[in-house]
Amino acid sequence: MSETNETTRPAIVGRGLSKVYGLGRRQAEKVLAAEDPRAAAAAAGGYLGAHEIDFEIAKGEMFVVMGLSGSGKSTVLRMINRLNEPSAGELLIDGEDITKVSDQRLRELRNNGIGMVFQHFSLFPHRTVRENAAYGLKVRGTAKQERLEKADAALDRVGLGGRGDKLPHELSGGMRQRVGLARALAVDPPILLMDEPFSALDPLIRRDMQDLLVDLQAQDQRTTVFVTHDLNEAMRIGDRVMVMREGRVIQVAPGPEIVAHPADDYVSEFVSDVDRARVLSAADLVRPPRLVLDEETSRADALTRLGENEVTGAFVTDGEDRLLGVVTADRVADLSIGESLREALGEPYEQVGPDDVVGDFMQLAGRQVVPVTVLDDDGRIVGVVPRAAILSALSTANDASADTEAKEVAHA
Amino acid sequence: MPDLHIGDLGEDVINFLTDNLGPFFDGIKEALNFLLRMVYNVLGGLPPVAMIIVLAVIALLVTRKVVLTLVLTVGLLLIESMDLWYETMQTTTSVLVATLVALVIGIPLGIWSAFSPPLRAALRPVLDLMQTLPVFVYLLPTILFFGVGDAPGLVATIVFALPPAVRLTQLGINQVDAETVEAAAAFGAGRWEILREVQLPLAKDSIMTGVNQVIMLALSMVVVAGLVGGSGLGGVVVNAVQGLQIGASIEGGLAVVVIAIYLDRVSAALGGQRGLVPSWWPKLGRGARTRTAQPELTAA
Repeated sequence: MSETNETTRPAIVGRGLSKVYGLGRRQAEKVLAAEDPRAAAAAAGGYLGAHEIDFEIAKGEMFVVMGLSGSGKSTVLRMINRLNEPSAGELLIDGEDITKVSDQRLRELRNNGIGMVFQHFSLFPHRTVRENAAYGLKVRGTAKQERLEKADAALDRVGLGGRGDKLPHELSGGMRQRVGLARALAVDPPILLMDEPFSALDPLIRRDMQDLLVDLQAQDQRTTVFVTHDLNEAMRIGDRVMVMREGRVIQVAPGPEIVAHPADDYVSEFVSDVDRARVLSAADLVRPPRLVLDEETSRADALTRLGENEVTGAFVTDGEDRLLGVVTADRVADLSIGESLREALGEPYEQVGPDDVVGDFMQLAGRQVVPVTVLDDDGRIVGVVPRAAILSALSTANDASADTEAKEVAHA
Repeated sequence: MPDLHIGDLGEDVINFLTDNLGPFFDGIKEALNFLLRMVYNVLGGLPPVAMIIVLAVIALLVTRKVVLTLVLTVGLLLIESMDLWYETMQTTTSVLVATLVALVIGIPLGIWSAFSPPLRAALRPVLDLMQTLPVFVYLLPTILFFGVGDAPGLVATIVFALPPAVRLTQLGINQVDAETVEAAAAFGAGRWEILREVQLPLAKDSIMTGVNQVIMLALSMVVVAGLVGGSGLGGVVVNAVQGLQIGASIEGGLAVVVIAIYLDRVSAALGGQRGLVPSWWPKLGRGARTRTAQPELTAA
């Protein structure tokens, strides 16, 4: 472990991780060596939970593991703190292979390094909310005064300040999961594991919790592994999404890329349910502008090029590519000889940033002569999002074409 | 059919044990008698009326029910008026000592079997045997081992009353939500920490039900213990039945019922509560009671 790697080294690395349930170690090894491990595991009376999973999670990344139930996503998550003992493979946390550490070291890692939030909250029903939040610190041996203070601080962060004296069953589901989150945050772990934490909550509460998590993540930049079966959730919160199926990884990519380019039919089926308007951003749909004119362009040239490109409007930029405005053929024609294109500006246009999601600007499409215009922070033109691009991105017909494409490739 | 002499074999085993383990059984007998004397010194040490007041206060604090406490107190006064007070305290002593020993053996065994399926499988038939074998079958050997007196009846009582302590402890621990246990493990708690801080507290209701059952089973053995020379109400009833004194046997039986109701209600109430202070008790100190408040009271 060289010092130079310290900053660039990924927080969590999984290599060839496999998990066979219900079989002894030796039998599991035999099963994994078989040609079809899934069938071999079933034949031996076990179950293949995950097979040869590789991943690298960067420090501070929100990494989402997604799949249907039985796809192995929770198995992968639970191998990270060895609640599930991996049958094969290695798992490096900060360079340390935790599949080989002693029980003592493992408890230390779980206590100091890896917090966890559970699907069904798993709070301790006989302890108050404050004591629940302080549990990790109690295990660590922190003095009572200090751990209760830290627990209160964690409860404040999740919006439960002042409820420390309640018992878990006196709180609603959403509040209970806030306690679960506070319990994990109180120990301030470098890594946070979340096992479908919001799937037991109703949709409105779920959204609140996602917002809370996004806020906390913006403050802490904690390395987080988040398991979900809800693609919308994955897209909302995840930096990258790992799609799993039958214990294998199908695709690892940022959310919008998965929506735009699903790796196979399985993923595209998944993606068909997603609210694309909330996932796809202007940058995903951007097209080159049909016509950009420099402000120095003469009236005659401008008219010619407007005619050649069969467009009614054109963007006008200054010497450094910054957008000055939009002109139309009519306005240019009205210029007198020698007048700069600047004089013809004034045609209204709609501008958005590259990260704005489609849902926030789709209503602007088609209102003006030019399509919705995407500008970067310096005011330069990134491109445009034509109405047709928005429609095709949001329509399910797009999936059909993606499907047929995939099939054609398969047939080829 | 081959003629198996299982009875002879059993007799041989028992003879062997009496011949060779005499000092061992004597030791147990001495220990039990010591415990009995100690507990009786407390229960029988006060004058009846003073003791009734103490018992009434305990019932009130534990059950938090005024009417029930009044009924129990009247029952206890009835025992005193029947002139059976000291016999009743002897019986209560045997029941408490038998319960204590059964719990000291049964609860750790229950915990162990909760974590060891093989032990659980091995214990099951033994526990079944302990509960179904007619008491008189093992009453005789206990006389051989311990002689006549309180000890044989007490041992038979312990054997008979022990199973629920094991079973309900094991059940209680295994019923604790696996994810909750996992949550404690995920925060780095060790096995003992999880047992002490999560599993035992959450199994408490089940364990306390076991305690209640042990007490009730122990009480049901009182009359049987009287047959082998046990003191207390058992002796009273046995003598009355043998002498055909119907009135005396009714009185003895009534006293058993009163003490049974008392022990049952008080031990059952112990299971469902978090502190010994009733809800109407004046609150001492700021927030002193908020932590131990009854869930159903705060929820209401």
